[in-house]
Amino acid sequence: MPFIPHTEGDVRDMLAAIGVADIEALFDEIPRELRVQGLSGVPAAAPEMAVLRLMAERAEADGRYLNFIGAGAYEHHVPAAVWQIAMRGEFYSAYTPYQAEASQGTLQALYEFQTMMASLTALDVSNASLYDGASALAEAVLMSIRLHKGAHRVLMPRTVHPLYRNVVRTITRNQRVEIIELDYSHESGTTRIETAAAIEGDIAALVVPQPNFFGVLEDAEALAGWAHSRGALAVGVVDPLSLALLKPPGEWGADIAVGEGQPLGAPLSGGGPYFGFMCARESLVRQMPGRIVGRTTDSEGRPGFCLTLQPREQHIRRAKATSNICTNQGLMAIAAAIHLSLLGPQGLERTAAQCHANTLALRDRLAAIPGVAPVFTGAVFHEVALRLPRPAAQVLAHLRRERVLGGFELARHYPELGDALLVCATETKTETDLQRYALALERALEVTR
Amino acid sequence: MNPPADLKYTNTHEWARAEADGTLSVGITDHAQEMLGDIVFVEPPEIGRKLAAGAECAVVESVKAAADIYAPVSGEVVAVNAALADAPQSINQDAYGAWIFRLKPANAEELGSLLDAAAYAAIVESAEK
Amino acid sequence: MKLIFERSVRGRSNPSQSPAQAADSADIPPGLRRASRALLPEVSELDAVRHYTRLAQQTFSIDTHFYPLGSCTMKYNPRACNAAAMLPQFLERHPLAPADAGQGFLGCLYELQEMLKAVTGMTAVSLAPMAGAQGEFAGLAMIRAYHASRGDALRTEVIVPDAAHGTNPASATMCGCALREVHTDRDGRVNLGALRAAVGPRTAGLMLTNPSTLGVFDTEIAEIARIVHGAGGLMYYDGANINAILGRVRPIDMGFDCVHLNLHKTFATPHGGGGPGAGPVGVAPLLAPFLPVPIVGFEGGKYRWLDERDAPQTIGHLSAFGGNMGVLLRAYAYARLIGGEGMRRISDYSTLNSNYLEAELARAGFEIAYPKRRASHEFIVTLKHLKDRTGVTAWDVAKRLLDKGFHAPTMYFPLLVPECLLIEPTETESKQTLDAFVAAMKEVLAEANERPELVKSAPHTTPVRRLDEVKAAREPDLVWRGR
Repeated sequence: MPFIPHTEGDVRDMLAAIGVADIEALFDEIPRELRVQGLSGVPAAAPEMAVLRLMAERAEADGRYLNFIGAGAYEHHVPAAVWQIAMRGEFYSAYTPYQAEASQGTLQALYEFQTMMASLTALDVSNASLYDGASALAEAVLMSIRLHKGAHRVLMPRTVHPLYRNVVRTITRNQRVEIIELDYSHESGTTRIETAAAIEGDIAALVVPQPNFFGVLEDAEALAGWAHSRGALAVGVVDPLSLALLKPPGEWGADIAVGEGQPLGAPLSGGGPYFGFMCARESLVRQMPGRIVGRTTDSEGRPGFCLTLQPREQHIRRAKATSNICTNQGLMAIAAAIHLSLLGPQGLERTAAQCHANTLALRDRLAAIPGVAPVFTGAVFHEVALRLPRPAAQVLAHLRRERVLGGFELARHYPELGDALLVCATETKTETDLQRYALALERALEVTR
Repeated sequence: MNPPADLKYTNTHEWARAEADGTLSVGITDHAQEMLGDIVFVEPPEIGRKLAAGAECAVVESVKAAADIYAPVSGEVVAVNAALADAPQSINQDAYGAWIFRLKPANAEELGSLLDAAAYAAIVESAEK
Repeated sequence: MKLIFERSVRGRSNPSQSPAQAADSADIPPGLRRASRALLPEVSELDAVRHYTRLAQQTFSIDTHFYPLGSCTMKYNPRACNAAAMLPQFLERHPLAPADAGQGFLGCLYELQEMLKAVTGMTAVSLAPMAGAQGEFAGLAMIRAYHASRGDALRTEVIVPDAAHGTNPASATMCGCALREVHTDRDGRVNLGALRAAVGPRTAGLMLTNPSTLGVFDTEIAEIARIVHGAGGLMYYDGANINAILGRVRPIDMGFDCVHLNLHKTFATPHGGGGPGAGPVGVAPLLAPFLPVPIVGFEGGKYRWLDERDAPQTIGHLSAFGGNMGVLLRAYAYARLIGGEGMRRISDYSTLNSNYLEAELARAGFEIAYPKRRASHEFIVTLKHLKDRTGVTAWDVAKRLLDKGFHAPTMYFPLLVPECLLIEPTETESKQTLDAFVAAMKEVLAEANERPELVKSAPHTTPVRRLDEVKAAREPDLVWRGR
């Protein structure tokens, strides 16, 4: 019996101790008509060897590609030590650190994580992670409305990731929240804040993406300033790797900053697990959702760590909690702390700079192909939108046949952009890789003519 | 358990003291602070806010619980005890001295429907059984 | 232990972990550049490895300790599941890569959807929710969408028993619902009279787990479903405790319209110190149009992602990229390892272990909260009389258990039972481990009676003594600032 250790002798002794004849008797309170004899539709058990072989065959059938897709999930080098340590049984199979004295490892790692995120974002406090960047943004929207105590409107640029905007709508739909979208300049690729001037009445928050979904750098300081001038909070949505190069949200006026932590040590894994981060100014901490670790002392004066400010959370505050979140993405946050420790500030800066340089190099190579051109004029971080002279779906299909994933098709969410791709070249791409893409694209455009 | 005789009480464990200037000081009882444990934070109501009797107006937090405080009578919040921001534990030390907020009662008759010390003590005793 | 920042030395770096040179980034406008330095550790790779390895050694885990945490189902996390999920092609897959390039990956997810349908009896499943709480949110959002689609805008109340886990009312609030609590009787069952009084034209639905958080099966469940359905409401099943009835009772047969499962409980995916988990939802046909997307579909011999174009009434996405895929792959591998008959054995042996532990602890002198009921996969011990007699509380006993080499059970939940410990052994623990736990509990009981101070000041052997949680809340120190 896989993972069940009981021998017949064990069962006999245990039944005797309980005072029943068989295991079936332990279920005698359950009405007969509710019981099933077994489950149909679940395959029989297979030994480990067979299951691993099955999954290996499926993985092999999927194969590997040269990836140039970003769009919110980025391929980065993760030092080998990160997951070798994070997969240690003590981190991997530990529970939430409610028993603080037995969980100092988890708690200290999360305190260090909080410190690193707060510092990266240049804000005062951080929580110990949320599910992902999109749901973190939804929580920030709800937090802003709770803090404003009057306004229920949040301004959301269309340059925010389309799936993030979808998630915010899904999560806030049944609460009193009005999301007003702001258009962007089709020339620069940045938010047209002037369109917001016509909006009257109280606004709880303006969301400021930096960089935005197109990879373009916004005038974040101006946007945050506008928000404050209207008595609204500025909620930054930022890429954590970019913060090694770009002015951090705490310095351009964000009150809350959220984003996707995946670039800090989480493999792409088909979409998760990743983690959302949330940092904020100190005065807002009591309205933050999610677990938070604090440092304190023990009964003998030793420094130690525990979960704190728990009355915000569901297990104490129940219906009035800041959020219903319980389980978060703890292990991913711990891995991020290890990742950042191995990279250090210099490593993070160099990685960010290389991503930036590689994307510009790719852009230049591809733009040299007739008919291919950048869509926007704005400066970019590590992604760029490129216009194609042929239908994007067909081009991508041809690239795929050459084992190249060319980018993200923008027309799905931005039909006004026509045949355009969002492409990203991280530090993992070499000169040879960029050349391979360019040649493959040339061939794809030939064929689709 | 000896709730002071000169105060009035609610069955949600608030006490109320009529002050000389006509305002009403409000706090939580000794029984309440004991149930909560070490108090770590008090979220007072906003000054100027108009409360209906029984309205949720403040929160008192301990490490393991958060208790809503309800307005004993209707009125307008005219003062909050700023000392509780730095020393929330004063509620544990002296529950009847550590007032949380003061209000100007809207309707003097409502005070009459509050419990006296004996009635409150009886409620607590029967709950404990 | 020192913080990683306290081990840092200015200028120390790990050249092999990043590009050799700093590439040019001069084109970034000066106003957008970072001028300040972020506080990140500057340590050698060896120092980082040593630091985090030592931290790992200061943490209890299933791999090292018995974890009888009620409601958490801390069963063994099979390493094979980890190996399967970490296959390089799965690990490297970009979430937005085309379905054509991921048929193997999608096949695993599709089959997991099918297996979860079988376990719950539901018609359709979405793997999108990233934790139980997100599953609850999805369930309530679907119920609201259902009522809205029928033009029934009044139904905004959710009924929750007073024994419910805190996420239940919190999820109701996130869905814009008002809460109505109904109380639980002395024998652990929802009070039917209170329920009848609580339902009406405003009822959106009832949230319930069965067996309940009190560790007993609510035998009136069919009547509960009749009452709620009769009033026009729907039934939501919180799957936190399904380990107790896996393969033996299906939520559909109990009358539920919607369920979430906690894969990090029932399907043995690792808890990771607080996550990541996964909370897939399953629904009866009337809620199927509203399921969160994306869902894996199978047509024309191929797998593909279904989204709002296929399901126009979906409540939407709950995450940017479809959910905690790595967790889902681990759950899939686990389900293949244990098989259908293995699922039924889980309810058998988790219930056997729980009833055995309950009998042995009762024999050892502990007071069982519901002695006349069969324990499910968990049960409650109350230490109220111990506290009255000796001043030793459930908190103290929990801390002393750490000294004995056991993680404490769940304390002070459910709120209904004073000074309680909620104990769930799970099926992966042997009789020997359970006997050792009983022996340790007996020791603590004896200590409480003879030397209460020893228990009240526990723990004594952990890396830190009892922590001042009051100070942590009064003087929050959440970020190191170089002190």
